[in-house]
Amino acid sequence: MERSSQPQAGLIKRGSRARGETPAYSKGLRTLSISTVIAMAVSLSLVFFYAPLEAEQGFLQKIFYLHVPLAIVALCGFVLGGLLAIAHLRTRDPRWDYRSYVVIHMSLIFAVGTLITGSIWAKGSWGHWWVWSEPTLVSFLIVFLLYATYQPLRFAIEDPERQARYASVFAITAGAFVPLNFIAVRLSTAYLHPRVLGSTSNLPGSMALTFLVSLAAMSLLFATLCKYELTAKHTRAQVRALRRRLEGQAEARRAPRSAAPSLQHVTAMTAAPPPGGRTTGQR
Amino acid sequence: MTSVQDPPPQDVQLGGMQPPAQGGAQPSVEPASPARTVRQTGFMSTVAALLRKELLLELRTLESVPGMSLFAVSTFVVFHFALNRNSVEGDFAAGILWVTLLFAAMLGVNRLFVADADQGGFDAFLLAPVDRSAMFVAKVLALLGYLVVLELVAVAAFALLLLGSPLGPALPGLLVTIALGDIGVAVIGTLVAALAVRTRARDLLGPLLALPLFVPIVIGGARATSPLLVASHPAWPAVRWLLTLGLYDLVFGLIAFALFDFLLED
Repeated sequence: MERSSQPQAGLIKRGSRARGETPAYSKGLRTLSISTVIAMAVSLSLVFFYAPLEAEQGFLQKIFYLHVPLAIVALCGFVLGGLLAIAHLRTRDPRWDYRSYVVIHMSLIFAVGTLITGSIWAKGSWGHWWVWSEPTLVSFLIVFLLYATYQPLRFAIEDPERQARYASVFAITAGAFVPLNFIAVRLSTAYLHPRVLGSTSNLPGSMALTFLVSLAAMSLLFATLCKYELTAKHTRAQVRALRRRLEGQAEARRAPRSAAPSLQHVTAMTAAPPPGGRTTGQR
Repeated sequence: MTSVQDPPPQDVQLGGMQPPAQGGAQPSVEPASPARTVRQTGFMSTVAALLRKELLLELRTLESVPGMSLFAVSTFVVFHFALNRNSVEGDFAAGILWVTLLFAAMLGVNRLFVADADQGGFDAFLLAPVDRSAMFVAKVLALLGYLVVLELVAVAAFALLLLGSPLGPALPGLLVTIALGDIGVAVIGTLVAALAVRTRARDLLGPLLALPLFVPIVIGGARATSPLLVASHPAWPAVRWLLTLGLYDLVFGLIAFALFDFLLED
C-alpha cells in the first residue's frame, strides 16, 4: 500500500546508531529469557508442591497464583503504558510510543488471561462463569473493554505521527482511568459483599511466599515477552529496510497497514546490507 | 456550514479565519495583526468567542440538541415496551434515566467536532495566535449547554412518561447529581470526540471509546439517583456517590485539559 510507506520518508530519525551494530533491543534478551524460565519453574513447583491446599476450595485455589499475578501485571502494564506515553508526548521520540504500544499490547493479552482464569475460578468456587459481585473482576472487564479500542483507534489513523500522538493521549487517559474505575466499582459493591479472597495480608506465610514468587515470575515473563516483541518488530523493520535498499523502492509497497507503530522512522534506514546477504530468493 | 457561521464581533477569530487571503495578499498587515490580536485575546475572551461561535452554529443549524432530545424521548418509549412497564421507580428509574441521558449525550459528542474537522475549523483555529486549550474549554461549555437543554426535555419527558414517583421532592438531589454527571460527560465527551473525529471510523470509535470511560459516571449517577426516585421518602443521595462523581470530574477535567493540546497539532 502506497500510503503507509509514504510518510516514512519525511520522518527518518537519524538518532539510530546501528550501522552494522546489534541494536540495543536484543541486549540482555538471553539472560532475561533464562531467568524467566527459571523463575516460572520455581514458582510452578512452589505452587504445586510447596503451597498448602486451601481448606475450603482445595486444589482449585491454586489458580489464585496464576490469576492474581496476571491481573496485577496487566494493570501495572496498562499504567506503565500511560507513563511511557507521557514520555512520548514530552520528548516526541517515536521509540517511547513504540514501547508504550508493546506494553499495552502485552497487557491486553495478559488481561484476556486474567478474565479467563477469573471466570474459571468463579465457576469453580461460586458455580457461575461470571459474577457481578466480584468488583475486581468487573473493573477488569471494563478496563479490558476500554483498552480493546486501543488497536482500532491506532488502526483508524493513517498518518504515523498523528497515530502515535493520539494513541499516547488515549494511553494516558486510560492509564488514569484504571485506578479511578477500580475505586468506583469497588465502592459500588464493597458494602454489599464482603471480600473473601484476593488480599495478601491474611494469607499464611507459605502461601504468601508462593504468591510473591509467582508475581515475580509473572513480571519477568511480561518483561521478557515485551522485550521479545520489541526486538522482533525492530528486526523485522530492519530487514524490511535492508530489502528495500537491495531492491530499490519496489519493495516498499509491501509494507502492510497495521495498528502497530511504524518502525521505519525508528530503525536505521541506513543500515548496511550484511556481506553476502539475501540477494536472491525474495518473492 | 462555514457560510452560516458568523464571525464573532471580536477580531479574535477573524484573524485566523481567512489566513491565506491575508497572508498572501497583504504582507504589510502581518506585523500589526498578531500584535493586535495578542493584545486583545485573553484566555477567557477566546473561550467566549469560541463558545459564541459554537452556540450560534448550533442555533442556526439545530444539528445536535433537537436530535438528542428527540432521541431521549424515543428511548423512553422503547424502554416502556422493552420492559413492559407503565411506570418505573428506584433502581430501574435511575438506570433508565442515566442510560438514556448517556446515549443521547453520545449523539452530541459524535457531532461535536465534525464541522471543525470537515470544514477547516481546526485549521483556522490553529492559525489564530490563541491558546489551544481555549478550544477545549469552549467545547466543554458548549457540550454542557447542550446537555442541560437535553436534560430539561428528557427529565420532564421521563417524569411524564415513565416515572412512577413524584418528581418534585427528588428535584434538588437530582439536579446536583445530574450536574456533577454532566461535567464528567462533557469533559470526557470532548476529549473522546476530539480523539475520534479525525479517524477513519469516527462514528464507531467515539462510542466505543466513550462508553467504558463513562462507566464510573453511570455507577455514581445511577446509585445516587435511585434513592431519590422512590414513592415514599426520597432520600438525599449518599455523599459517597457524589464524591465519586466529583473526583471523576476533577481528575478527568485536569487530564483532558492537559492532553487536549496534543490532539490539535497538525
